[in-house]
Amino acid sequence: MYAALWRVLPGPWWVRLLIVLVAVAAIIAALVFWVFPWVQTFVAPQDVTVRTSH
Amino acid sequence: MRSANGRPRRRISVVGVLGEVLITAGVLVLMFLGWQLWLQDIIVGGQLHDQALQQSQKWDATKANTKPASSTTIPVAKAPANAQRFANLIVPRWNQAGQPLYVRPIAQGVGASAVLNKNNLGHYPTTQMPGDVGNFAIAAHRSAYGGNLHLIHQLHVGDHIYVETIDGWYQYSFRNLQYVQPTEVGVIDPVPEVPGVQAVDRMITLTSCNPFYSTAERIIAYGDFDKFIPRDDAKPDHGAPAEIADVYEGKK
Repeated sequence: MYAALWRVLPGPWWVRLLIVLVAVAAIIAALVFWVFPWVQTFVAPQDVTVRTSH
Repeated sequence: MRSANGRPRRRISVVGVLGEVLITAGVLVLMFLGWQLWLQDIIVGGQLHDQALQQSQKWDATKANTKPASSTTIPVAKAPANAQRFANLIVPRWNQAGQPLYVRPIAQGVGASAVLNKNNLGHYPTTQMPGDVGNFAIAAHRSAYGGNLHLIHQLHVGDHIYVETIDGWYQYSFRNLQYVQPTEVGVIDPVPEVPGVQAVDRMITLTSCNPFYSTAERIIAYGDFDKFIPRDDAKPDHGAPAEIADVYEGKK
């Protein structure tokens, strides 16, 4: 899959590398700022308060 | 099949793609954990720091040209609406190298979706307001959602805990820690753990979860009220106590 992706990218190896790095950075930014905060609302609700019933 | 440079070209196989998808999924899960337990609190902590200082700046503007509150009669504000931010928590002990100085917003209520999971410290609405006789009790996450009480266990006896409101700064001194069951609601009583007794002192109680990354217990920090320092236009840093004046450097 990734090998095929690498082959369809245009240009010499360093241009491909640049494209890949930019794409990875964009994906990480999207994950950190939108996807992960959204996912967090579904996982392990953490209770930090004291109350009589849990 | 051979590619142009003569090396054999690997064919795309179902198993190969599946393997790569699984590896990618594993990497994503690890990245999520790294974000949730570490990176998030650095990013969110910085945002909260900025928001708290903006709030402080608004209070400066609102209070400008009005007579400062008296430092002898301690002002007690009316409880705000649920989820509304009304104070900042400032704890010099929790300043960490390489990160903005510790100042975080406190909102009314302890609802998970409305307050705590919006990265606030939350004020137990059944407890007193800052400066009132009784107990000003607040809760926050130990880690994730800004990790506002991440370093609660590192408080030393006598460490100052400041609560900043529009009126000024309420200074408390840390007294002791307590570890309790999640159902131990006595810790937020007007006199903690002594129900039904008329309070005469002013206290602060911080509650968070314990141990790290678990909700099995609660860690409780108590502080005793020392004094009130009014917000005063005429003084440097609008009257902020010298110990925390550096927190407001970024405000100017």
